[in-house]
Amino acid sequence: MKRAFPIFAVLTALLLSYALYEALVAAPTEKTMGDVQRIFYYHVPSAWTAFLLFLINFVASVVYLIRRSHTADIVAVVTAEVGVVFCTVVLVTGPLWARPVWGIWWTWDVRLTSTLVLWLIYVSYLMLRRFSTSSQTPLLAAALAVFGALDVPLVYFSIWIFRSQHPQPVIGGGGSIDPRMLHILLLNWVAFLCFAALICWSRYRLERLRREVEETQALESLLEPRSLR
Amino acid sequence: MTFLYAAYAATWIIHITYLSTLVRRYKRLQREIEELQK
Repeated sequence: MKRAFPIFAVLTALLLSYALYEALVAAPTEKTMGDVQRIFYYHVPSAWTAFLLFLINFVASVVYLIRRSHTADIVAVVTAEVGVVFCTVVLVTGPLWARPVWGIWWTWDVRLTSTLVLWLIYVSYLMLRRFSTSSQTPLLAAALAVFGALDVPLVYFSIWIFRSQHPQPVIGGGGSIDPRMLHILLLNWVAFLCFAALICWSRYRLERLRREVEETQALESLLEPRSLR
Repeated sequence: MTFLYAAYAATWIIHITYLSTLVRRYKRLQREIEELQK
């Protein structure tokens, strides 16, 4: 496993570089929006990756609620944190696309608002985990994650259910996309998925190590008064 | 083109910032482990 990590990291870096080249250089220029449409190659895969991570967080939280599994709890923390990072990318790249195309940075549209709410839910989840000292924190966080996950389908299907200014989905939304554009979009998604997996892997190891250190420190503090007697 | 480059740059700034926090946390843990081993 120790050897697999650097190999996977190098392959991911190569894939991300190739995907970046395809998005900026090889992809055809969209007729109405021009080059600014290329933001989609980062915005959309980041959103899909965030949704997937929040879905894994939901599954891990349910597993924790049922089995009290420490591994599930660690997976939940890791996916929520990395998911928030990808969701931040979505919330930053979205307005950077909207300003030249819509003429405004932000509108309180259902897709945009529900995405912001989703981000706030998972930020509050991370703050709960960071600042709560209660032994019930993993349980409370898992319950919050289950309710938070309800916002994911709302964000995704909001543009089908409600009238929205947001562009229709590129896949399954009734619209059409140039096959070359779709290929580059999927390539970027695969690259971001590999990158997310790599970060989750590092973060998982870090969280395990942190818990081991905390346990050892707690044991030491319990043993210290005895040694003084 | 400014908005396009800004979006791509912002994406990597966010990811690199997060990665640097991971490195910082890892270094802090290493220091704590060294202290425990003393």
